[in-house]
Amino acid sequence: MSTTNPHSDALPADAGTPGDRARARRRSKQRRRVANVAGLMASLVLTGALYSVFAPAQAADDTTTESAAEAAGRELYENSCITCHGSNLEGEPNRGPSLIGVGEAAVYFQVHTGRMPLVRQEADAPDKPAVFSDQEIDQLMAYIQANGGGPTLPSGNLRDGDLAQGGELFRLNCASCHNFVGEGGALSSGKAAPSLADSNDLEIYTAMLSGPENMPVFGDNQLTPEEKRSIINYIQTIQQQADPGGAGVGRIGPVAEGLVIWVVGVGVLMFGIFWMGSKA
Amino acid sequence: MAATATTPGAPTSRLGKAATEFDDRLIVAGPVRRTLNKVFPDHWSFLLGEIALYAFLIALLSGTYLTFFFDASMVEVEYEGEYDPLRGTEMSAAYASALDLSFDVRGGLFMRQMHHWAALLFVAAIVVHLVRIFFTGAFRRPRESNWLIGVVMLVLSLLMGVTGYTLPDDLLSGTGLRIISAILLSIPVIGTWAHFAVFNGDFVGTEIIGRFYIAHVLIFPAILLALIAVHLLILVKQKHTQFPGPGRTEHNVVGNRLFPTFAGKATGLLLVVFGVIAGLAGLVQINPIWLWGPYNPAQVSAASQPDWYIGFLDGSTRIFPAWDINLPGDYTIPALFWPTVVVAGAMFTVLALYPMIERKLTGDTASHHLLQRPRDVPVRTSLGMMALTFYFWLMVAGGNDVIADKFDISLNAMTWVGRIGVIVLPPIVYVITYRICLGLQQHDREVLEHGIETGIIRRLPSGEFIEVHQPLGPVDEHGHGQLAYGGAPVPKKMNQVGGARRAIRGFFTPIEQPSAVELEQQGEGRGLSAAEGSRELTSSGRPSDGGRPSDGGRPQDTRD
Repeated sequence: MSTTNPHSDALPADAGTPGDRARARRRSKQRRRVANVAGLMASLVLTGALYSVFAPAQAADDTTTESAAEAAGRELYENSCITCHGSNLEGEPNRGPSLIGVGEAAVYFQVHTGRMPLVRQEADAPDKPAVFSDQEIDQLMAYIQANGGGPTLPSGNLRDGDLAQGGELFRLNCASCHNFVGEGGALSSGKAAPSLADSNDLEIYTAMLSGPENMPVFGDNQLTPEEKRSIINYIQTIQQQADPGGAGVGRIGPVAEGLVIWVVGVGVLMFGIFWMGSKA
Repeated sequence: MAATATTPGAPTSRLGKAATEFDDRLIVAGPVRRTLNKVFPDHWSFLLGEIALYAFLIALLSGTYLTFFFDASMVEVEYEGEYDPLRGTEMSAAYASALDLSFDVRGGLFMRQMHHWAALLFVAAIVVHLVRIFFTGAFRRPRESNWLIGVVMLVLSLLMGVTGYTLPDDLLSGTGLRIISAILLSIPVIGTWAHFAVFNGDFVGTEIIGRFYIAHVLIFPAILLALIAVHLLILVKQKHTQFPGPGRTEHNVVGNRLFPTFAGKATGLLLVVFGVIAGLAGLVQINPIWLWGPYNPAQVSAASQPDWYIGFLDGSTRIFPAWDINLPGDYTIPALFWPTVVVAGAMFTVLALYPMIERKLTGDTASHHLLQRPRDVPVRTSLGMMALTFYFWLMVAGGNDVIADKFDISLNAMTWVGRIGVIVLPPIVYVITYRICLGLQQHDREVLEHGIETGIIRRLPSGEFIEVHQPLGPVDEHGHGQLAYGGAPVPKKMNQVGGARRAIRGFFTPIEQPSAVELEQQGEGRGLSAAEGSRELTSSGRPSDGGRPSDGGRPQDTRD
């Protein structure tokens, strides 16, 4: 790197009186020092210059310039998220996980479903009306993506997949927690897999991508983007599908059906036999 | 005509003559007349068993329709039917034909739903019927055999339900089948062989749907039908029980003749049951198999539950601790064995033997045709409530994940609610029921002794306030009633003894002319204000003549 040798012209070769020699030695020491500093400075400048030529331009932006969206996102982050996720997205022990590498996909899911910001620490984060507007969510996503990196949002039609295959994949990967039809279900210790009834396509996709709460991450090498789109197609088709047999009673199967036969069936018939028979 | 002499009383109508010809050959007039004249008690609770009978009938008929289209085969096929989200999926022929039944067969979905609702109602009605028989002591000698048959029919109906639940071969039913397989395997010593015998090898094999199908549509229904016939024949032979009441003894039956009143009512009830089931089948979706998907042993869904009547076993399994017993030499008794085989076995054994147990404990071996009021047998009533609480709590535990999810309760908490509740609640319920029974008994006797509270407060000349009581019968010199408790309901409100005069008849709308009834009432002179002034006030404030409550010196007409 360095092209100059500070010592090359700093060696006095002349001899003289001892006093001269001593003076010369002192002077040369002085010069050597100056030359050292100058050389160091020069090499640092050069290193920096070379680095700025070869290094990725993005990384340079990282610290120097921030887009307007990222700046706005930073402000939102510092107001609402920093307490638990730390000033550098590194997370806080017993409060919140690191956000480095979670990407905008996680931000979209957590903030758009209203899970974040969290109201309080409990078994898991319940969904609620979103606190931030869509524009603010975009800003937060930009900030996290810029500073932590990670999975990004998909684009295009998210229901662009095979329906039957989606059903098969859903039953294999999702139904054990979210139930046959995405009604959701209980997990251990107060945790729960939520109902998918009100989820939009992007929320489901980003959930698979980021694995929020207790959900495993379904990365693109586990479920390809096409398979994810098939699953979303199946979920949304099932959700929108009418119940051909009448009232769906929650679509949770035998528990609701048992309640109906006892309350409605037996109830009505008891009334019927009260009407028909004598009472004493 | 005029030439031939006819027997006196010989029928002259065309129908009558035909019937005579018929009877000449088959000689049925006697038995038919006896049958048509048979008397059935009229109490509403005697219709519960009938509901079960009619539900079974409807399940039988709708099930027959389903067999025309159902293919009980486990051959793998690719679904090519009407339901889009499954088209192209590999599945068993059984599941595919059940889907076709739901989407491609005319009326198929309605019939499927009717069959399923009828099955749920069948078991529910059996349980309610059984509860009535139990709490009124109708199982006592000579009816132990019919009780036993009833319990066997209950078990058979559960087996019918389990096999029927399995047939569509969807993901839910396959999950249930997996549990059945595990229960079989958990039986010590014979488990593996029992499993091989039922499944013809390992789970799931290729036979089980076909085998369950024959069991479901032939073996169990045939046994059930035979038992129903025996159940009813014994009932006819032994005659109905009845609640104690005026004119009712151990040696008669008070009620309506089979024809026309009882037959009319029974037909009406059949149609009501049919209406309720058809209404449910048309309005409320049951077991939407197309949403469950085909069975695949690698898949299982959250909230996989059995139908309600197996819920208690699911619940006992959910709350039982994971206590595997490891014996030397690689033998294990899995924890699953206790909450399923042992609990179910114990429950049904105790249930079946209860009449004998009670006979042993009470030493009561006499024949009984009059029923008991639950309050008069507090120990039995409390035991019954205790058993019902145990059963109900297991059933709640069977749905604990759905409850946890819907009501935002921790599933772990629900498990402990199940565990603690199933041990603590039954004894508490026993004590409470016992106290309630004693309280009700006491109140009956109190009313018999002191009369009905009229709600009329009187002030005596001495300044003392008393409430006027209406005695139910003659009183002694202290004003105490002398009627003995007869095991029948004691009237406790003045309305029940005509205090508010006779009620206008009609369940929904009056079938009598209200004005005519009013006139009749005024002529009758019933009620508190009738014949005022003709009675004397005794020193106790109670009427001495055993008639109506006195007006305490001054007529204060609080009625009319």
